[in-house]
Amino acid sequence: MKTLKIFGFMAAIFLMAAFTYNSLEADGYAIGDYATDFSLKNIDGEMVSLSDFETAKGFLVIFTCNTCPYAVAYEDRIIALNEKYKSKGVPVIAINPNNPAVKSGDSFEAMKERAKEKGFTFPYLFDDGQKVYPQYGATRTPHVFLLEKTEKGNQVRYIGAIDDNYQDASQVEDKYVENAVDAMLAGKEIEITTTRAIGCSIKV
Amino acid sequence: MRFGCAFVVVAFVLCSCGNPNTKKSKEVSDVALVQASAAKTSPNINFPIYDFDGMASLLSKKNDSTYIVNFWATWCKPCIEELPNFERTFAEQKDNKVALILVSLDMPSMWEKRLVPFVEKNDLQGEVVILDDPKMNEWIPKVNQNWGGGIPATLIYNKSGRSFFEQSMTYEQLNEELDKFIN
Repeated sequence: MKTLKIFGFMAAIFLMAAFTYNSLEADGYAIGDYATDFSLKNIDGEMVSLSDFETAKGFLVIFTCNTCPYAVAYEDRIIALNEKYKSKGVPVIAINPNNPAVKSGDSFEAMKERAKEKGFTFPYLFDDGQKVYPQYGATRTPHVFLLEKTEKGNQVRYIGAIDDNYQDASQVEDKYVENAVDAMLAGKEIEITTTRAIGCSIKV
Repeated sequence: MRFGCAFVVVAFVLCSCGNPNTKKSKEVSDVALVQASAAKTSPNINFPIYDFDGMASLLSKKNDSTYIVNFWATWCKPCIEELPNFERTFAEQKDNKVALILVSLDMPSMWEKRLVPFVEKNDLQGEVVILDDPKMNEWIPKVNQNWGGGIPATLIYNKSGRSFFEQSMTYEQLNEELDKFIN
């Protein structure tokens, strides 16, 4: 009995330690992992899944929102990415991961308004219950995951920022996402597969 | 019974980290900061404005002080929420050779409209500096290899050690971590 108790106690300590570690180190996908599909509500009321896009070669899954200054700074560039790559088989799928109870400017209604104002040409999905973004390991907005459709599933090929200058699109030196998609579509190795950027933490 | 004992021991260990350090050290002069050389200035903004290279010396000072470097912005709600914890700890520990550097990542358009009024209104005592460097993918890993770029984020360092936290910190967490440096 005693042994069992001690064992249980050790297990509890172990779990506590594991938990502490997890809260510091973000979980989520690494390059080469297979990304989960989802079924999330689009601003037009329809449910959208990656599997709906039968002819797609891949996806630019972008966690973004209405309220973050960085996300706003990148809106036009996200629209441009969809214009450029949707026809090449890599559409943008935008997902708002924020909990509107915490950030009212990111409500479903506000998403519809913002999409209309800006003329979004891509699905803008609401992560109801904030269940999808943790699986991807998105930590901030905007946060891009480039997926390539393969026989085994949607494989993660790039994670990070859109480019290297949020302030001024004309001063960009490295278009990380465009370079990654171009390399992927050309069957070449992607040179830079992960990048970091300051962003707004996801509100849960 | 061994269970009970073990629990008491563990509880003691866990609690004992939380005690604020009461040891007093000599008067601090070098804590009253730290202008790195490469600061830009702007007429209506009374904080130094750095690119990362200009600010890097603030992140690696080798003197007797311990530095708490908090990365924040006025648009970042969890940052604003944790700031009082940092200000409180700084007020309590500054005679213990502890310095607080508040690195604002506000965008240039927000400096005059939001940052300056916010710092005045809240009477922030930490040393506010502005980091204006869009090449984030280059400088973020130089602060810490594991930092994904989320804020709030906090670096605590002195000449003999560094810790980095990509998370909000409570008053208790901050003191617990700071104690590892000043004890």
